[in-house]
Amino acid sequence: MSMMTYIAAIGAAQREAMAADKRVIIFGEDVEANVYGTTGGSKTRAEQGDFVQEFGRSRIRNTPIAEEAMVGTAIGAAMTGLRPIVDLSYSNFLYMAMDQFVNQAAKNRYMFGGQSSIPVVFRSAMFYGLNTAAHHSDRPYPMFMNVPGLKVVVPASASDAKGLLRTAVDSNDPVLIFEAVPLWGLKEEVDENEYRIPFGVARVRREGEDVTVVAISGCVPLALAAAEQVASTRGISAEVIDPRTLVPLDTKTILDSVRRTGRLIITEPAHRTCGAAAEIAAIVVEQAFEALRAPVLRVTAPDMQIPFSPVLEAELYPTADKIAAAITRVCSNKPFSADDPAKGAVP
Amino acid sequence: MTPSSDIMLEMQRRMLRIRLFDERAAKMLMRGLIPGTIHTSIGQEAQVVGACMALREKDKLAGNHRSHGHPIGKGSALGPLMAELVGKAGGVCKGKGGSMHLADYAVGSLGESGVTGSSIPIAVGAALSAQVLGEDRVSMSFFGDGAANQGVLYESINLAAAWKLPVVFLCENNHYALSTPSRTVTSGKISDRAKGYGIPGVLVEDGQDVLKVYEAACTAVERARAGEGPSLVEVMTYRYREHAEGLRLTVDYRDAAEKQHWVSRDPLKLFRQELIDRGVADEAAMVAMEAEIAKEIDEAVKFSNASPYPEVKSAFEHLYTDPYEMEGAQ
Repeated sequence: MSMMTYIAAIGAAQREAMAADKRVIIFGEDVEANVYGTTGGSKTRAEQGDFVQEFGRSRIRNTPIAEEAMVGTAIGAAMTGLRPIVDLSYSNFLYMAMDQFVNQAAKNRYMFGGQSSIPVVFRSAMFYGLNTAAHHSDRPYPMFMNVPGLKVVVPASASDAKGLLRTAVDSNDPVLIFEAVPLWGLKEEVDENEYRIPFGVARVRREGEDVTVVAISGCVPLALAAAEQVASTRGISAEVIDPRTLVPLDTKTILDSVRRTGRLIITEPAHRTCGAAAEIAAIVVEQAFEALRAPVLRVTAPDMQIPFSPVLEAELYPTADKIAAAITRVCSNKPFSADDPAKGAVP
Repeated sequence: MTPSSDIMLEMQRRMLRIRLFDERAAKMLMRGLIPGTIHTSIGQEAQVVGACMALREKDKLAGNHRSHGHPIGKGSALGPLMAELVGKAGGVCKGKGGSMHLADYAVGSLGESGVTGSSIPIAVGAALSAQVLGEDRVSMSFFGDGAANQGVLYESINLAAAWKLPVVFLCENNHYALSTPSRTVTSGKISDRAKGYGIPGVLVEDGQDVLKVYEAACTAVERARAGEGPSLVEVMTYRYREHAEGLRLTVDYRDAAEKQHWVSRDPLKLFRQELIDRGVADEAAMVAMEAEIAKEIDEAVKFSNASPYPEVKSAFEHLYTDPYEMEGAQ
């Protein structure tokens, strides 16, 4: 075990996958120069561990800025023997290739009656909260949850990022991994040996009795901080669950928890409407209504584009304080009124 | 570069298969035996077969909504194709794809695409896997004059040219994107666009002559196979029927004289005569071949008729390789 950052764990998983299987290739914008730090031992090209030196230019390739061709080419390559990892850098850039994600990656196996498998991984990073404004700050993973045929992965820690990426490369179906840039620098004990984390298995980050907090991506550390806060200030025991993968989703762990606690909060950095939080809320209300002792609350970004000014942007995302306020609210015995709770991230 | 007699006879055989398959399918659609819609390749057989015959068994292709010709041209069994059009369990895609989304991996057909231009980078990806894995195979992307105005084509050509991938971009220019004349929405010649990417751009003016298409396609395929990268081949041709079967347009967007000109250059009739003129076959041999293919079509329909409809539960199969219990699938 060693302490490793989230971004270094992704690089480690890519190195392992490249070393383990010659069918694994990496391509994307600026991957040869290791611009984002996941395709080399260090930021410096000359130093040991550069992917181009280690694996050769056939298997690690810079692409033109042409997302539709990049994504489609990866799909076609996956249908014919390769296991590509495509580095799309910013998650906003996925939109340029929507036809390929939705009409090819998600549908080809189904439409062709199972003739093809499409073992391809699309990595992208959600650079929110970093003053990069509307074209670089999106958290668009819920859109892709709405496309049957894609798997959607949202790692929230270094060890999860490494193990989930290895499973993604092993998967014979298209996987979209959304990495949270606010988490890139966070460290965790990570096993240097190879390991995989199965999809569809949530990680209970903190056990608790009074309320279930399902936290997604960058909201996981915020939810853990909020849980500590309400424990010390109000004696509330919050359970924090990270689903880790949204498709497939570990509904059992969430439902079992809510059946014990009777309360549910879901927090995520995505927009509110039709988000992962909305879907999880619906599943719990449909299947565990009898267990609920309070309304389900969402702490999300509002349905608003991301402004540039740091003063404006900072207000839009969930924070530990907002999550703590929601926990306190559902654990109070006061009756709920229409305008009181569930205002999400908007103060 | 005259192909052998065997190859030439096989060209005529495959063109006949496409013609008779599509004629039968059109009738079946009119009688309500085929649901949805179909787009026939009638009139474009030389363009399809000339290109497909330039490919080897392991080579791959990806196509478009005018979809039946490509797998037939590559050698697909007709029964499962017909069963797919009808929506039967014995269909090549088990009734999941239908006419517009045929694929037959047994012959290297990676899939037709109902979205114009969408399959172009799929063929590029198949070329990338060949290059990285060191496999001796080429891929061919079929797209129409309509798709030639999609941005993804140029992203794909650029990427394939930059990486010298073994792929052939084959534009099936039948002059109309549904009702829109190509000349009214397309600037310049499509094949000329290759120049901008530093790759060969070839125009086959007479796409009704299967040998001319074959020759151009072979040159492009050989170049790809030799590691010299992609080519763009534009083949001028014409569809004889409506864009889609059952489509009734009040405006006659095609000039009668123009249509008559192309119909007079029916690729099957032209090549039939050429085979006889060259002494490759005689009239009796041609009649026998036509009867043989007609019988194949009858057998394909019989195969389809004998195949059951898929079980409803199969609607929930083949989404993922490792299925999981999903919400709402009960």
